[in-house]
Amino acid sequence: MDKDVLKEILSVMVQNPMRTILSMIGVAWGIFMLVIMMAASSGLENGVKADIGNRAANSGGVWSMMTSIPYKGFKRGRRFDMDMDDIQFLEENVQEIDVISPRCQAGGWQGGNNASYDNNTGSFNIYGETPGLVEIQPMNITQGRFINAADIKDERKVCSIGKKVFTTLFVKGENPIGKYIQINNVNVQVIGVIASMKEGDDSAEENESIFMPITAFQRTFNYGKTIGWFSVKSVDGYPISKLQDEIKSKLKIRKSVHPADQRAFGSWNMEEELADVNTLFASLRFISFSVGILALFAGIIGIGNIMLVSVTERTKEIGIRRALGAAPSVIIKQIISETLLITIVAGLLGIFFGVLTVELLNNTLAAMGDSGSFRNPTVSFNVVFGSFLILIVAGVFTGLLPAYSAVRVKPIDALRKE
Amino acid sequence: MILLENITKSYEVGGNSIQVLKGIDLNIKSGELVSIMGSSGSGKSTLLNILGMLDNYDGGAYALDGKLIKDLSEKKAAIYRSQFLGFVFQSFNLINFKTAWENVSLPLYYQKVPRSKRKELALQRLEEVGLLDWAEHLPSEMSGGQKQRVAIARALIADPKVILADEPTGALDSITSMEVLDLLKKVNAAGKTVIIVTHENEIAAETERIIRLKDGRIISA
Ligand SMILES: Nc1ncnc2c1ncn2[C@@H]1O[C@H](COP(=O)(O)OP(=O)(O)O)[C@@H](O)[C@H]1O
Ligand SMILES: [Mg+2]
Repeated sequence: MDKDVLKEILSVMVQNPMRTILSMIGVAWGIFMLVIMMAASSGLENGVKADIGNRAANSGGVWSMMTSIPYKGFKRGRRFDMDMDDIQFLEENVQEIDVISPRCQAGGWQGGNNASYDNNTGSFNIYGETPGLVEIQPMNITQGRFINAADIKDERKVCSIGKKVFTTLFVKGENPIGKYIQINNVNVQVIGVIASMKEGDDSAEENESIFMPITAFQRTFNYGKTIGWFSVKSVDGYPISKLQDEIKSKLKIRKSVHPADQRAFGSWNMEEELADVNTLFASLRFISFSVGILALFAGIIGIGNIMLVSVTERTKEIGIRRALGAAPSVIIKQIISETLLITIVAGLLGIFFGVLTVELLNNTLAAMGDSGSFRNPTVSFNVVFGSFLILIVAGVFTGLLPAYSAVRVKPIDALRKE
Repeated sequence: MILLENITKSYEVGGNSIQVLKGIDLNIKSGELVSIMGSSGSGKSTLLNILGMLDNYDGGAYALDGKLIKDLSEKKAAIYRSQFLGFVFQSFNLINFKTAWENVSLPLYYQKVPRSKRKELALQRLEEVGLLDWAEHLPSEMSGGQKQRVAIARALIADPKVILADEPTGALDSITSMEVLDLLKKVNAAGKTVIIVTHENEIAAETERIIRLKDGRIISA
C-alpha cells in the first residue's frame, strides 16, 4: 500500500471519526480480551506448576494396602507391610530403578507436640529417610547437610530439620548444627537445615518436617525393618508407570499377593500428575482462546457492519469515482484496505493495552513476592502474532462484503442516488 | 468520433418493459459541438449515459473512436472512460470532503499519477476555468457556477477526446449558464468534441448542431 493510497483511505476515514473510533473499540476490546484470557490461564498454569516443584518427572511412590483377592491360603482383606529387605531385593533385581528410597513417617497429623529444644516445643512430621530422597525430591540444604550413607549404616541418631522446625525450636541466628533436640524424648543431633523447593501447602509440609536416617528411625520408634512406603525414580527415558507396574508384580510374588490384585498396592507418580495438570491447562488454554476469539470476532463483525453502512451512505461518492475511471477492483481494494486499516490499528491498540496490562499485573505480583497459585502471567509471542494474523485475514474477509456491495450498484444508479 | 446504429434501450419497471430508445442512428464527428434537445423523459440522459458507458444498451451498435463499445466489462469501461471521456453533470457531482483541486485531480489518481504531478495539473486546469484562487476550497464554500467550472476542469484533466455534459446549466441562473456555456465552447475550440444535453433553447442555439429527440427517436439531427 503506497502513501498515496493510504492518504486517500485516511481522507475517507476521517469523514466520520466517531464511527471509525467506535468500530475500532470493538476489535481492540476483543483482542485485549484474548491477550488477557491467555495470560490469565498461563498465570494459573505457572502457579500450579510451581506448586508441584521440581520433583523428578519420572518419580513416584508405592505403598502397601489391603489384598482384595484370596490367594495361597490367605483370605482377602489381609494387611501386610513392606520392609528393608524388599527394598534391597528390588534394588538388586529391577534394573530400571535409578533411585529407590524407603520411607517411614511418624507424627504430623496426630498433632501432639513431639519435638522440643530448650523450652521451645512443636508438632512436626518425623520421617525416616535415606540419602536417595533428595535425588527424587530435591530440597535446598541451607545449613549443614542431609542424611548420608554412614548415618544409615551406623544408625546414627541425627536429623536434618525443615526451616520451620528451626525457627520454632531455635532462637533467630542460633547455629543449630550439633545441637541435640528431643524427639519423643529421644535426643537427636541436628546435622542440617533444609528449605522446601515446592510452593504452598506442599512446601509448608516439608518445612515442618524432621528427617532422620531410616535405620535410626526404625530403631528409635520400634519399627523393626518395616517401612511405610517408598519413593522411586526410574532411569532416564524409562516411564515411571511401567517401572511401578514391574515393581508391583515382583512384590506381589514376594508378598504372596494374587497377580491380578489391583488393590494390594497403592501408588502415584509425577508422570500421571503432570499429564493431568497438562490436560487441565490445555483445556483451560483452549477455553480462554475460544472466549477471546469470540470477542475478537464480535468486534470484527462490528467493523464489517459499520463498513456496510458507510459504503451504503457513500454510494453516490463511489458512483462519482467510478464515472471518473475507478475500476471495480480499485474500489474493492479501497474498501478492503479501509476495513483492514481500521482492524489492524484497532488490533495493535488492543494488543498494546493487553500486553501493558499483563506487564503491570506481572510487576505487581512480583512486588508482592511471587507466590500462590497465580503467578507470572505471560502471553506468548505466538499467541499475539497468531491473533494478529487472524485479525488480518478476518479484516480482509470482513471487507469483502461491503466492498462487493459497493460495486454491485451500477455506476449510473449510484450517481442518480441523492 | 461517435457512431450509433439503431441503438435501442428499455427499462424494466414493475414487470413492464418500457422502450426508452427506439432505434437511434447518429454520427458525431471529432471536434463537433453538439446539443441534444428534447422534452423531459424523451430519453436524452439515457442516450448520454450509453455514450458515457455508464449504462448498457440492448440492441444496435456503438463505436467510439472506432472501437466497438458493447457488453464491456466494468473494468474495460472504466479504462475507456478515463481515456476518452469527461463528464459534466447537472448536480456537479463533486466529492464534498475534497477541495477543488483534489476533486479536479481525482481522475488522475485512478490513472496512478503521483500526487505532486496531480496537483500541478489540477492547478493548471483550475487556472483555465478562472478558479485558481479557489483551489483549496471545499465545494460547500462555492457557488453553483463555480462548482460547475470545477467539474469542467475535472472533466478536462485527463485530456479526454469527448466531453459529455448532462444539463450542465440546469441548476444555474441564466447569467452563470452563459458563462458555463462559454467555457464549454472554449473547450470545444481547443479541439474537444462536446455533447451537451439540454432542454433550453438558448443553450442549444449556441451550439453548432442540434439533435432533437422525441419519444425515444431522433426527429432532426
Ligand atoms: N433506471 C431507470 N429505470 C426505469 N426507468 C427509467 C430509468 N431511467 C430512466 N427511465 C425512464 O426512461 C425515460 C427517459 O428518461 P431520461 O433518459 O432520463 O429522460 P430525459 O433525460 O430526457 O429527461 C423516462 O420515462 C424515465 O422515467
Ligand atoms: Mg435527463
